[in-house]
Amino acid sequence: MGFPFKPHPRESTVLSKHFGEAEARTLDGWKVRGGYRALEQALGMDPVAIQNIVKESGLRGRGGAGFPTGLKWSFMKLGDGKPHYLCCNADESEPGTFKDREIMRWTPHALIEGCAIAAHAIGAETAYIYIRGEFTEPLEVMERAVAEARNAGVIGPNAMGSGKRVDVWVHKGAGAYICGEETALMNSLEGKRGNPRIKPPFPAAAGLFGMPTTINNVETLAAVPHILVNGGAWYKNMARADNPKSTGTKLWSVCGNVSRPGNYEVQMGFPFREFLYDLCGGPPRGRTFKAVIPGGSSVPIITIAEAEAAFMDYEGMVAVGTMLGSAGCIVMDDAQSIPRQVARLARFYAHESCAQCTQCREGTAWTTKILERIVAGDGTAEDLDTLLDLADNMTGKTICVLSDSCAAPVVSGLQKFPDEFKALITRKTVHTVPAIVA
Amino acid sequence: MSHGPSAAGGAAISTTPHGHQSEPYVPVFTGETKARLDALMERYPTRMATLLPALWMVQEARGWVSPEAMAEVAGLLGLTAAYVKGVVTFYTMYHQHPVGTHFIQVCTTTPCHVCGAEDVVKAFLQHTGCGELGVTSADGKYTVIEVECLGACGFATPVMVNSDFIESVTPEKVPDVLKRYG
Ligand SMILES: Cc1cc2nc3c(=O)[nH]c(=O)nc-3n(C[C@H](O)[C@H](O)[C@H](O)COP(=O)(O)O)c2cc1C
Ligand code: SF4
Ligand code: FES
Repeated sequence: MGFPFKPHPRESTVLSKHFGEAEARTLDGWKVRGGYRALEQALGMDPVAIQNIVKESGLRGRGGAGFPTGLKWSFMKLGDGKPHYLCCNADESEPGTFKDREIMRWTPHALIEGCAIAAHAIGAETAYIYIRGEFTEPLEVMERAVAEARNAGVIGPNAMGSGKRVDVWVHKGAGAYICGEETALMNSLEGKRGNPRIKPPFPAAAGLFGMPTTINNVETLAAVPHILVNGGAWYKNMARADNPKSTGTKLWSVCGNVSRPGNYEVQMGFPFREFLYDLCGGPPRGRTFKAVIPGGSSVPIITIAEAEAAFMDYEGMVAVGTMLGSAGCIVMDDAQSIPRQVARLARFYAHESCAQCTQCREGTAWTTKILERIVAGDGTAEDLDTLLDLADNMTGKTICVLSDSCAAPVVSGLQKFPDEFKALITRKTVHTVPAIVA
Repeated sequence: MSHGPSAAGGAAISTTPHGHQSEPYVPVFTGETKARLDALMERYPTRMATLLPALWMVQEARGWVSPEAMAEVAGLLGLTAAYVKGVVTFYTMYHQHPVGTHFIQVCTTTPCHVCGAEDVVKAFLQHTGCGELGVTSADGKYTVIEVECLGACGFATPVMVNSDFIESVTPEKVPDVLKRYG
């Protein structure tokens, strides 16, 4: 069973192996567990050689988009005479997702080591870890670990005696989901409002402080030391036999109506049915599963039947009409009203829109208003068409994809569970919870 | 709102949100706090990048970020007070008004919503005597607000009280939680 409990035998614990061990948080405890060997090795390597190992491993970004990490690093023009920066995205605010929090709470040095290796691989001397302000405990743990590593000379002006400077700093956010978007995060770090930037220019050309920048998710960076020590081939082999495009292990945060919520680490391609029933323990007693949002709130909702047929990797999720996203798996049982939950999601996006783009600012607000009207029993048949029209206007037309993310659950909710919406409109009945069958 | 105190800490009359006159503004960034901010500047190529950390230091010291404090920070970082206000208002965690001694944030986003977060909110409103979201209780002790996903959805319902992060709160546990924050 997933953290905070003992791992299930079918989990593959690489990143989560030391979750729950207090000593792993300290520098000495981390070194005893093999920590900082990868950094020592990396500091003696040519940056391009590190990029190549990461390319070979097949590691893809764990923040949501799944972009190949080694390829992203290779966009940084080495030796251009400009300061380069690494940003670690620890804003973790996507509803359903709580894996980066656990990595930082329990294995802060894994993240520092990953940051330092990545910084060296992209020609950067400075890495900033941007942690959401609400994460008070991870902030404290990370601050302490950074200070410890710095005082011991593991990072700093002469990292591990290599003669290379690698500074790692923790930066505290102040409450804004949108700051998880990569360019919004850079603006926020610079001391600005967290508005996403128009791309191009892409961060590798002009990112933080206008300089070449790479941004990676916490889990992506925490995987890097393991890849360096064990080799790209080792990582690449953890995959479905017929799908080499998704490799390695993946942390899945599981929440909602499920017997054993928590963080589970499985190899790419794990069968979703076994995951939901064997590892996560199935639905709460007396209930049945109804729907799953597998990749954080921004990906389409699927029915439990679709989920049961799926494989847990990037392509496996696309095959059933959704996405892996941030692997924040929200499970809903038969007591839940889909329109009600979709309305709550829309409210989230309306609250978090940065309001730069008309389609998003107006669209998220209108979508919420209409959905809440439907849920209250005051909806009309035209409202359903209006929702789809709005969703169409909100997709692919804005500076960032927050707008699209609001549309995704609305469109998929209407597609997969049309009867629930129609029932609210024609019968004007508010959803009631079915009795528990014991 | 333009005549905040200088970085050196000239006294100014500050007003509460209700317009009552109160004590002269005492600058936040003196002594050790100023030294901490100066040390932070070493980490970034621009002074502006220390704006969020500076605002956090203000809130730690004063419990909220007043217009006078915004002006003080602006003076220190070479920004205008209007700019600082623009940034403060973007982020949800900076208080632009004083709040209760114990600031309670309950997550109600979908994953927590499906686990019954609404009832946790109700229990807090009832047991604190706040009655309504965003309203400070008559004794000045509590303010309760709903917050969007706290990044701990597997431990529904997470609640933040000041900077304490409390997991798996149910309506039944609310009185016990509150006992710790008398
Ligand atoms: C609205 C929005 C919110 C996002 N929030 C996060 C986040 O909290 N954490 C994260 O790692 N990525 C988040 N992302 C994705 C980042 O923009 C970016 O793709 C990612 O940090 C890149 O790292 P990776 O390649 O290692 O995944 C978000 C994207 C959008 C559009
Ligand atoms: S899509 Fe929404 S959140 Fe993204 S930049 Fe536009 S207004 Fe802001
Ligand atoms: S939805 Fe409540 S913590 Fe994520």
